[in-house]
Amino acid sequence: MSGDPSTTSAGDASVDRGRRTKLRLNASMIIGAVLILLIVALALVSFVWTPYDPSAVDPAARLQPSSPEHPFGTDKFGRDTLTWIMYGARITLMVGIVAVGIAVLIGTPIGIIAAVFAQYPWGAWLSAVIMRANDILLAFPALLLAIVFAAVYQPGTGPAMVAVGIAAIPGFARVARSGTMQVLGSEYVRAAKASNRNAPAIAVVHVLPNIAGMVIVQASVAFAISVLAEAGLSFLGLGTQAPVPSWGRMLQESQQFLSTQPLLALWPGLFIALAVLGFNLLGDGLRDRFDPKMEARGNG
Amino acid sequence: MAENLLEVRNLTITPAGAEASVLHDVSLSLAPGERVGLIGESGSGKSLTAQSVMGLLPSELRAQGTVSLQGFAGNILEAKERALAKMRSDLVSMVFQEPMSALNPLMRIGDQIAEVLRIHGEVARGDIPGRVLDLLASVRMPDPNSARYAYPHQMSGGQRQRVMLAIALANSPRLLICDEPTTALDVTVQKHMLDLISERVAAVQAGLLFITHDLAVVAGVCDRVIVMYAGRIVETGSVAQIFTDPQHEYTRGLLASSDLEATDAHGKLFTLKTALSYAGPIGKAGPNDETGAGEEVAAEDEDEQSSADGPADVREPAPASAGEASIGDGSAPLIDVSGVSKHFRSRGLLLRRRSPVRALDDISFRVASGQRLGIVGESGSGKSTLLNLLSGLDRPTSGHVRVGDIRVESASSSALRSLREDLQIVFQDPFASLDPRMRVEDIVSEPLIARGIARVERLARVEEMLLAVDLDTKAMRRYPHQFSGGQRQRISIARALVTRPQILVADEPVSALDVSVRSQVLNLLTDLVDDYALTLLFVSHDLGVVKHLCSDVIVMKDGHIVESGSTEDIYAHPREEYTRSLIAATPSLAGALASAT
Amino acid sequence: MITYVANRAIQFVLALIVASVVVFALMSILPGNAAQVALGTNATPDAVAALEARYGLDQPPLIRYFNWVVGMLSGDFGTSYVTGAAITPVIVGSVQVTAILVIAAIILAIVIAVPLGTFAALEQRNWIGVTISALSQIGIAVPNFLAAIILVIIFSLTLGWFPSQGWMAPVEGLGGFLIRLVLPVVSLALVQAAILTRYVRSAVLDVMREDYIRTARAKGLTRTKALFVHGLRNAAIPVITVAGVQLATLLVGAVIIEQIFVIPGIGSELVRAVANRDLVTVQGIVMVLVFLVLIINLIVDVLYPIVDPRIRNAS
Repeated sequence: MSGDPSTTSAGDASVDRGRRTKLRLNASMIIGAVLILLIVALALVSFVWTPYDPSAVDPAARLQPSSPEHPFGTDKFGRDTLTWIMYGARITLMVGIVAVGIAVLIGTPIGIIAAVFAQYPWGAWLSAVIMRANDILLAFPALLLAIVFAAVYQPGTGPAMVAVGIAAIPGFARVARSGTMQVLGSEYVRAAKASNRNAPAIAVVHVLPNIAGMVIVQASVAFAISVLAEAGLSFLGLGTQAPVPSWGRMLQESQQFLSTQPLLALWPGLFIALAVLGFNLLGDGLRDRFDPKMEARGNG
Repeated sequence: MAENLLEVRNLTITPAGAEASVLHDVSLSLAPGERVGLIGESGSGKSLTAQSVMGLLPSELRAQGTVSLQGFAGNILEAKERALAKMRSDLVSMVFQEPMSALNPLMRIGDQIAEVLRIHGEVARGDIPGRVLDLLASVRMPDPNSARYAYPHQMSGGQRQRVMLAIALANSPRLLICDEPTTALDVTVQKHMLDLISERVAAVQAGLLFITHDLAVVAGVCDRVIVMYAGRIVETGSVAQIFTDPQHEYTRGLLASSDLEATDAHGKLFTLKTALSYAGPIGKAGPNDETGAGEEVAAEDEDEQSSADGPADVREPAPASAGEASIGDGSAPLIDVSGVSKHFRSRGLLLRRRSPVRALDDISFRVASGQRLGIVGESGSGKSTLLNLLSGLDRPTSGHVRVGDIRVESASSSALRSLREDLQIVFQDPFASLDPRMRVEDIVSEPLIARGIARVERLARVEEMLLAVDLDTKAMRRYPHQFSGGQRQRISIARALVTRPQILVADEPVSALDVSVRSQVLNLLTDLVDDYALTLLFVSHDLGVVKHLCSDVIVMKDGHIVESGSTEDIYAHPREEYTRSLIAATPSLAGALASAT
Repeated sequence: MITYVANRAIQFVLALIVASVVVFALMSILPGNAAQVALGTNATPDAVAALEARYGLDQPPLIRYFNWVVGMLSGDFGTSYVTGAAITPVIVGSVQVTAILVIAAIILAIVIAVPLGTFAALEQRNWIGVTISALSQIGIAVPNFLAAIILVIIFSLTLGWFPSQGWMAPVEGLGGFLIRLVLPVVSLALVQAAILTRYVRSAVLDVMREDYIRTARAKGLTRTKALFVHGLRNAAIPVITVAGVQLATLLVGAVIIEQIFVIPGIGSELVRAVANRDLVTVQGIVMVLVFLVLIINLIVDVLYPIVDPRIRNAS
């Protein structure tokens, strides 16, 4: 029979753990949020103002180092790198938003439905089929799927976003399913059933609020993955096409000048890393907050 | 004083970075071979005290004071991990509360026992396998030879706890600490485990520090008792002293609320508040203290029973068989369960196919309107499955279940809905049965929403109900985590009764609560059952609670009804061996004290 | 145990079949016309028809699918419409190169991450542990192609220790092979090591909180010894899962690294085939990659019961 859970020794000692986690959680969440805000701000400002026109070519000012006129230097055509970084932030965020949007909107309902079906004898096999299909989709990593899409359609931002989004679906489906299973198995859902709430009401009132945290954490992680995938694809020339500025392609183009102007690689590389770091840190902070099992686990 | 086995002086424990200590200036001592019970409820600091003695305090806690142990040089609180490691198991050992997780799941039992012998090197390498066998046999492990090769997951909780005891005593330490060693075990297993601990501790002549929240358990095992409350020691004394003449208000309250056989002038269980009028457990030895003198007590009780409760026999003819139980008076029963079985088929993918698990097998009983029926059984007895069938959350594999005029096994979903309006459940775990992200007002009004009652009326009824369970209406805007376990259980009761059901099903509603809170919730439940004229189905593993609350009882085991009848009757004359062992195993204050003194 | 493994094997085969259908559908049906894609949008209808007839593209999709699958099962991935050459030798040669790269990288990542993660967990509250955690968090944020560029700038262009690109098969010269292997493998491994370090750390921290570690300490083991004797094997279970996922990620992630270092691996072939609009080759390579990912998952699944008796006895 179940014992008295409140008399375990862990219960006695857990008092201060919660308090410490809160401190750490704040640090990680704040740094993450600040980094993301920085990139969002770059992207937003680029709509109203940039130091130069992104397509303004200046043969006299090619491959310049940092200077008051060009804080981040210039590229092989003399275009201003800071301007390009600002424009690149747009693509990075857009790919992330669209891809994560696709994955959340498709993956989360799939996971919830699979978990709900699993409760009924008639739905168990359907649930199993959904999750198997999900596992198979998992065998197509984001980058591979994006390459396939680039091969089948034209390489470009659109197919890249869709491919990265599709590849991120299984992650959300899994998180939503395990979260929903947990909620549906809880006593408060038994209580709700005993109170005659129907399945849709339970899903809205109990399941969604309780899995929202996990889905948000997953979204943060997926955002980081999509930033990486977009950069990688553009690096291969299979993502965002010229002349639209993209960090991945800037990095790729910098390769020719590594020995003469390594700064050209530094800036896009730095911003890709900052974006990924920001979303990862935010995800960690949120996870500490939402997932009690992760409590007291360090984040950085 | 100098030759004390254990000496704890001014132990104060503070979380790192916090101002307030969680353990305040605790001092205690233990003579060689002495058996001391450390009693307290959750948060009293009893486990922290034990961990300090083992040098196993979590590193985020700061401990001040001294802990010295005979044979160990210096203060344990300041010793290095290496020195502590040498001391552990050699001088002091520990058995933990949760047997399911205390053993390494990836290692064979025999290897885990052998390890503790190898670490301390007191047994020659070649003799280790033999010694492991001896140890397993000494804790009465069935088939010790093959048990050596088993993995922990292949054993029951009781067996794992035996292994833990074998490990703890392998190097004959001078002190054994047991931290709630039987709390996670079934009642019948608990009794055996306690006897075994007593026996083995005596065999190796060790001292015993026994930590528990259960007064009845401690009385049977220990010579002396230390009572802790909120990080302080409030009272120390011999078992007889503490039980007959408690000095501290809290001890008295704990004692009074632990005693389910004593009631105050209003027929209510004692709580911390009403404990002053509690007379103590002495002189009212119940029928359940089968401590060697079982037969005499039972015989004595028989007379008492037949004179006091004579009509019960007339009203209630003995059931024809254990499977067919009819309870209550002759009028049409409110609940009628006949020949119900429930089998679960474990579903395997593709290759696996297993025989079905029989969770319930040919269960029959009736419950009259207004009756209070207790359903008693240990884990795996099928209690929960039965509740799911009664509440229409699940359907039987075969047999009939009728609740009111609804036949559950063939009911339409609208009929099931109306069934659930008449039958509500209070769940076991007050921390799991309330949605953490909902406000109390939303939780309690949930059954009303399903009925389509307008918001204004809903709120009025929620308010009324919260008052009925002695909660402030300020509670409405709060979330569950802002309440204690007992308060949460009140919220749970409010939710169950807000629709004014005819039948209330309580599924172990107090087993997760501290003793002092338990009696308050039980009193509340009794009041509400009277006020609302409820039919009560009370599921519990605790015979004491059922005995206090219920007029009739069903005893279940492995999906069968072992025995049923009026509570008094079953207690006085258990017909089945299992019921007898269950009654005997249930710890009772009076019984424990009778055997201790 | 046997049923468990058989079960996984059946799931593997089913997944492989479904994946092959998906790949085929994506590449051969959805875009409409592989021959048109291969020849470009300017090709005349006659030229397209001729190409279709030559490679049997005028047959119904179902037949083409079966021909493709049967061909693959007998080791024949078909012929490229663009180069006219057999695809199988290209795949076989490049897979070997990528396998060397990826296996070396995952081994390096494990060798770095397991001690580092364990240490970070044990020294959780010290500056060392915090530093390791912080570094691994930053390491995760650095994509492998950025790591590659930084490594090239430092160790190739500045210090001149290693060549900045190129490949040599081991049979052509072990020294040349090894020296060219270093930078690509390190750039692949660093990021994965950072990720794995975090997982090892959190797995070890989880295990350290387990009751059986407390039991082991109560038996007379020090904290560290208890971790080594009882903890690490338990911590291995979640780490194996992550390492499996990482191996799969590396397989595809190597595409970019192969580009940077001009290594004739399967990723380079894939990018070249995409650039050439050589859909049959892309289809074959994607199928091989998916097959490898699924095989890795199968191996991970089979490893569980070996480590964990609970899974062994469950079925």
